[in-house]
Amino acid sequence: MSELTPAGRAALLAFTLLLLVLPAFATGHVLSVAIICLNLAYLGQSWNLMLGFAGLLSIGHALFVGLGAYASGYLFAKHGVPPVIGVAAAIAVAMLMGALIGYLGFRFAIGGVYFALLTIAFSEFVRILLDHATFVGGTEGLFLPVTRRSGVDLINLRGWTEMFYYVILALCVGAFVLCRAMLNGRIGYFWRAIRDNPEAAEAVGVHIFRYRMYAVILSAGMAGVSGVFTAFYNNNLFPEQVLGIERSIEITLAPIVGGVGTLFGPIFGAFVLTPMGEFLTFAVDGLKESGLIAKNVKTDGVKLMFWGLAVALIVLFKPSGLWPWVCRGLGLVKSPEQRG
Amino acid sequence: MAALLEVENLSKSFRGLRAVAEVSFSVEERGIVALIGPNGAGKTTCFNLIAGAMRPDSGHVRLAGSEITGLRADRICDAGIGRTFQLVKPFQDLTVLENVTVGALHNSATVAEAKREAARNLELLELGDKRHMHAANLTLPDRKRLEVARALATKPRLLLLDEVMAGLRPTETDRMVTVLRRLRAESGLTILLIEHVMRAVMALSDRVVVLHHGEKISEGTPAQVTKDPAVLECYLGEGAI
Repeated sequence: MSELTPAGRAALLAFTLLLLVLPAFATGHVLSVAIICLNLAYLGQSWNLMLGFAGLLSIGHALFVGLGAYASGYLFAKHGVPPVIGVAAAIAVAMLMGALIGYLGFRFAIGGVYFALLTIAFSEFVRILLDHATFVGGTEGLFLPVTRRSGVDLINLRGWTEMFYYVILALCVGAFVLCRAMLNGRIGYFWRAIRDNPEAAEAVGVHIFRYRMYAVILSAGMAGVSGVFTAFYNNNLFPEQVLGIERSIEITLAPIVGGVGTLFGPIFGAFVLTPMGEFLTFAVDGLKESGLIAKNVKTDGVKLMFWGLAVALIVLFKPSGLWPWVCRGLGLVKSPEQRG
Repeated sequence: MAALLEVENLSKSFRGLRAVAEVSFSVEERGIVALIGPNGAGKTTCFNLIAGAMRPDSGHVRLAGSEITGLRADRICDAGIGRTFQLVKPFQDLTVLENVTVGALHNSATVAEAKREAARNLELLELGDKRHMHAANLTLPDRKRLEVARALATKPRLLLLDEVMAGLRPTETDRMVTVLRRLRAESGLTILLIEHVMRAVMALSDRVVVLHHGEKISEGTPAQVTKDPAVLECYLGEGAI
């Protein structure tokens, strides 16, 4: 981590250690919140690869998650194929869909917000298709058989919640390492060049169609892996729940709050939003218990309202996200001058 | 000397308006040719046609004898043409060094090698001490230099410069002229430039091509062209002669 200052290295080490030992003292509830948080951090990184690195806005990212979930879930539930093999199918299906959307978008020069609309359209299209696909249960859902809820069976992704926690943690770290390598590599330079100015990128020899395709396909593949996790962690899949537009929007929140285009922003954003959202829900429930809020008041939306407010505030006051600001404030990352 | 770039009967219209009409000229290997003309004469369109940013309606562009007409811009870059943009197009969120590294990656096996190559080009353009600044924070003259450094980093055989001297002070213009001459002498670079700064045109170019209303109206040495009545007329008006 050559770009980190000593303080930054210490912070990263402390954070990693905390995550590694968390299951030792966390309650079941805390652990499940941590899993949601890590899953969002993972998905945020996948989404950030497209918008933050390559400048491609996806508002249909749940599509790739859903395809991965359904591909691996279907293979497991109906044909007994374990997820270690199913994940390959999940990645393949998600990548194919990414390639299709990318091809249509870039071949016909559908740029900016129209590309985003294309991702929404495909996402909704597949959701409706799955609603009617009886072989995966349609609206009634696809259920994955659970043989055991203890032990560690990584081949079938069956076991303790702690196992799921470490799986998603490993995925998160893997995504981070992958994104970092790509961002500092040739592909990352070309992506950022295309993001900042496609015409100038092309003039210095960058094949923009190809590199945009790489971005969508890689991002989709990453999201597909998260789908496998989602399928086996939840054990049930409903098109509305997995592929709904709300899911797609939820995926965008952590990177927006943390910092689009930064490596650690999506992770930071997830760790700010998820615990705060949970705390808010907890606090509102507490107020209901104590009678300060009438019992019959519906408060399901309080977390969503908070997230909406958070995004609005970020966009207004810290459009480049919290992470770069925190980084500078605490001196965690070396400036370009210090790197030489 | 053999012509490196040959432009033959190049034409482009926008909604019936002939921006470039049947323009032909050539740039010989290691030559420096200036493309001049009043605003709206079709100079930048001509550049865009050569560099692949636009496709010509008709005509041919050849580089070292091979046809490159209508190729995509990245293929033109592969063929060995580097360009700058009149309205500068830096990669805003990248540092100066990173901007040029993107260009250098075109001909480098690794990112580290590209960074070294980029640093060399920045020294050449006197941007070395600003390499860690974000491109968005540069002054306009520095952005123009950055355009040149980035295009040079792709190691082109032919460099297209679109008004890179605009906004430079006379002493800075002279330094840029020196740099470009040195590049020609040391690495055999061929240059086609659009320029309004006559100080640079006179000092640099072997030949000058004059465009007016999309047509070539004159061609010759700088001294010849500046005495050509047709040129004087379009620049200064008929009454001036």
